Amino acid sequence: MNITLIISAVVLVSAIGAVLGVIIGVIAKKFAVEVDPKIEIVDELLPGANCGGCGFAGCADFAKALVENRTEPNKCPVCDSNAIAQIAGELGQSATEKEKIVAVVLCGGSNSHTKGNVKYNGVLDCKSANNIQGIKGCSYGCLGYASCARACPFDAIEIKDGLAIVHPHLCVGCGKCVATCPRTLIKMVPEKASVHVFCASPEKGPLKRKVCTVSCIGCTKCTKVEGEEGTVKMVGTLAEVNYDNPPTENIVDAAKCPTKCLSNRHWKQLRK
Amino acid sequence: MANEYLVITIGAILVNNFVLSKFLGICPFLGVSKKLDSALGMSGAVVFVMTLASLITSVIYKYALSVPFNIAGQEVNLKFLKILLFIVVIASLVQLVEIVLQKLSPSLYQALGIFLPLITTNCAVLGAAEINASVGRGVLQSTIYGFCAGIGFALALILFSSLREKLDLADVPLAFKGTSIALITAGILAMVFMGFGGLFNIT
Repeated sequence: MNITLIISAVVLVSAIGAVLGVIIGVIAKKFAVEVDPKIEIVDELLPGANCGGCGFAGCADFAKALVENRTEPNKCPVCDSNAIAQIAGELGQSATEKEKIVAVVLCGGSNSHTKGNVKYNGVLDCKSANNIQGIKGCSYGCLGYASCARACPFDAIEIKDGLAIVHPHLCVGCGKCVATCPRTLIKMVPEKASVHVFCASPEKGPLKRKVCTVSCIGCTKCTKVEGEEGTVKMVGTLAEVNYDNPPTENIVDAAKCPTKCLSNRHWKQLRK
Repeated sequence: MANEYLVITIGAILVNNFVLSKFLGICPFLGVSKKLDSALGMSGAVVFVMTLASLITSVIYKYALSVPFNIAGQEVNLKFLKILLFIVVIASLVQLVEIVLQKLSPSLYQALGIFLPLITTNCAVLGAAEINASVGRGVLQSTIYGFCAGIGFALALILFSSLREKLDLADVPLAFKGTSIALITAGILAMVFMGFGGLFNIT
């Protein structure tokens, strides 16, 4: 047993350890970055999903902007009014109410309602599938290859029978899905609007009807319902809901939409 | 002389690539390769830390550990402490750099982000220091080797993450989806890099 060896090893290692410890301690003191403790408190209150719906790089960045007074608490689409009030209280501001918005896919053409004339075998992504004409027969409808569902940080989009459906109670309105749809079918709407025209094709009625049994054929019935004037308007051959003044659910029964394109069916099916 | 540096450079990047032929640093190779963005961040951090760690550890090894010294008439050789000391030194070095960066260059600190503390005692970083010590390279050569090993790691990681991004969109049979197809791809990539073995051979 070489006692000198053991002792010198212990001495060397502890000496280097002590020196490094002192250096780190001194440097940490000298180079300390002062962080406003408020940022941490606000960050705790934020959802932490880093969805980017507020327009900042993530929740931590948003918290920093909040404390520096560069933005307002209600810019976070995920927080409910309770959390926003809490954050505003932390910052010494009064909370302002905001309306909840959710995404909706304005197409009703599931596989069983449409008639396609091609079989797509390529990359399973909407951007790629969009290059092929004739999937489901309609060049404006939902392709169903789940680009939006993959982009959703909250798993709020489901592909059902080849059609993307947003679950409104899971959707927080961050808007990430909107940009992923190559056919721009996803629209951010107020949550209280429950009736939509599930069609986005500007083509003529008979052409649409040939490939899709649930398309808007432009009969204008829904624009003439009594008591709901101005809630649905025609844009060319397509009826469009006026989201500034959305129709009530009564319009669905009153309008008797022949293709059931004007509907609240998603909301009925998906509500908890 | 110049020839020697060329051998170190090409050897570390291609022939004896850290990930694909030495199989060091596999955890970040599989863990941070899902997205090209994070792979780039990780690569930058690894190149940075490996270069710095190789420099410091080679100085310590050359001037403190490899020289036997006399204590009370007995010759003491402390070479066996190298791995122990390398871990401590590299870890505290990275800590130091992180603290200083946060103050002096917040933008670089943001870019390296979480990856800097993640690789404090990554086996690839430690491996570079250990290889330098056991081969007996000088300080300059060690630093160049560390830098090139980092570049080699970055090359493998960026290639692999680009492949994985494509694989995500491919129609992979259900049984092979996810990690298993990634491992198969890594294996094929490693075999491809074996092709460089014919160039020349160094450790």
